[in-house]
Amino acid sequence: MTPEISPIILLLASIFTSNILLANFLGMCSFISISKDLKAANGLGLAVIVVMTITSVINYAVYHYIIVFFEIEYLRFIVFIIVIAAVVQMLEMLIERISPALYMGLGIFLPLITVNCAILGVSLFIQIRDYSLVQAVVYGFGSGVGWWLAILALAAIRKKVDTSPVPAGLKGPGITLIIIGLMAMAFMGFSGMLNVQ
Amino acid sequence: MAGRVLDITKENLWTNNPIFIQILGICSALAVTSNLINTSIMSAGVIFVTGFSNLTVSVLKNIIPRKVRMIIQTLIIAFYVIIVDIFLRAFLPDISRALGAYIGLIITNCIIMGRAEAFAGSHPPLISLWDGLTSGTGYMAVLMLIAFVRELLGYGTIFGFEVFPGGKLFGLWLIFPDGFQHWIIMLMPPSAFFLLGIFIWIAKTILLKSKDNP
Repeated sequence: MTPEISPIILLLASIFTSNILLANFLGMCSFISISKDLKAANGLGLAVIVVMTITSVINYAVYHYIIVFFEIEYLRFIVFIIVIAAVVQMLEMLIERISPALYMGLGIFLPLITVNCAILGVSLFIQIRDYSLVQAVVYGFGSGVGWWLAILALAAIRKKVDTSPVPAGLKGPGITLIIIGLMAMAFMGFSGMLNVQ
Repeated sequence: MAGRVLDITKENLWTNNPIFIQILGICSALAVTSNLINTSIMSAGVIFVTGFSNLTVSVLKNIIPRKVRMIIQTLIIAFYVIIVDIFLRAFLPDISRALGAYIGLIITNCIIMGRAEAFAGSHPPLISLWDGLTSGTGYMAVLMLIAFVRELLGYGTIFGFEVFPGGKLFGLWLIFPDGFQHWIIMLMPPSAFFLLGIFIWIAKTILLKSKDNP
């Protein structure tokens, strides 16, 4: 059953209230290592938006027209991950051909994205929650924007933390996680506005 | 050989714990830790997948061409994850539903890929299997710790058993006469981040101390 959620609400929900990173904990690995640098964070965030939107559409189509047709639902993990790897590879080649400048800014982050759990997570959520095509596009795009927003905010905060006196044991990942916790609380403040699961 | 095995065990469980020190695989780690039963099933799945994908990668390491090894490793991992998924759906359908997408996300758990790349690619099969199993156990230990705190304070239970019963017991008032007041924050995402941050802090402080005066 496709849930009846208006695309606009789904878009806002996936960016703010059920942020893929802060509410579903996906995409943490690259999130913590890349957020040291604002410029790199921006590049990776934009790459995630692009890849997430494209893969969620393709995986939607692949699931509904190929996997369900051949009744090979149990192979969906493998199929999804292959689609993601292929999309990332093609996008990398395409960007390198079209715009070397963009490739320098964005392309180097593309290989990292194949193993970003958020991308596979979005494809799986779309399939499990039985979203329609429009909902899938909106959810994929919104989750990407949410991720980008979160990593930009964290990178900006980490710049400040670098110059603050932090206990030796808490330096690096420890304090970063606590900042992310505070950010998650801040984003939870949006949850009064709309509630979508 | 025996010393080597012990070294690996100690490294993976403590001094080089995948979550505390390498900060790997927390993607799927935090989401399932709001109760102990789900956490133990999830981490058992991860231990199984890490161990056997390490074994397989190590056996096949001379056959896999270097250029395509990443995608082959991913496929090997996905193969074991599918086994876990089918097993859970057949024998523990409720937990399978509760874990939802997170079982599939074991594929992109960085610990597994990391161990396959860093250890199994250059070591013999049996020791790789052991490395995978202990890495998974190190991951499980941290997850259980977080889940223990979250379930205890969030629901007042451990593995679903009531820990703080309200009312009178043996004619004595217990600590919580009106029943346990649930800490709602513990059931929400931020608490997982805070707890992991605090546990990393404690672990790192102890490790730094023991490094200073060995």
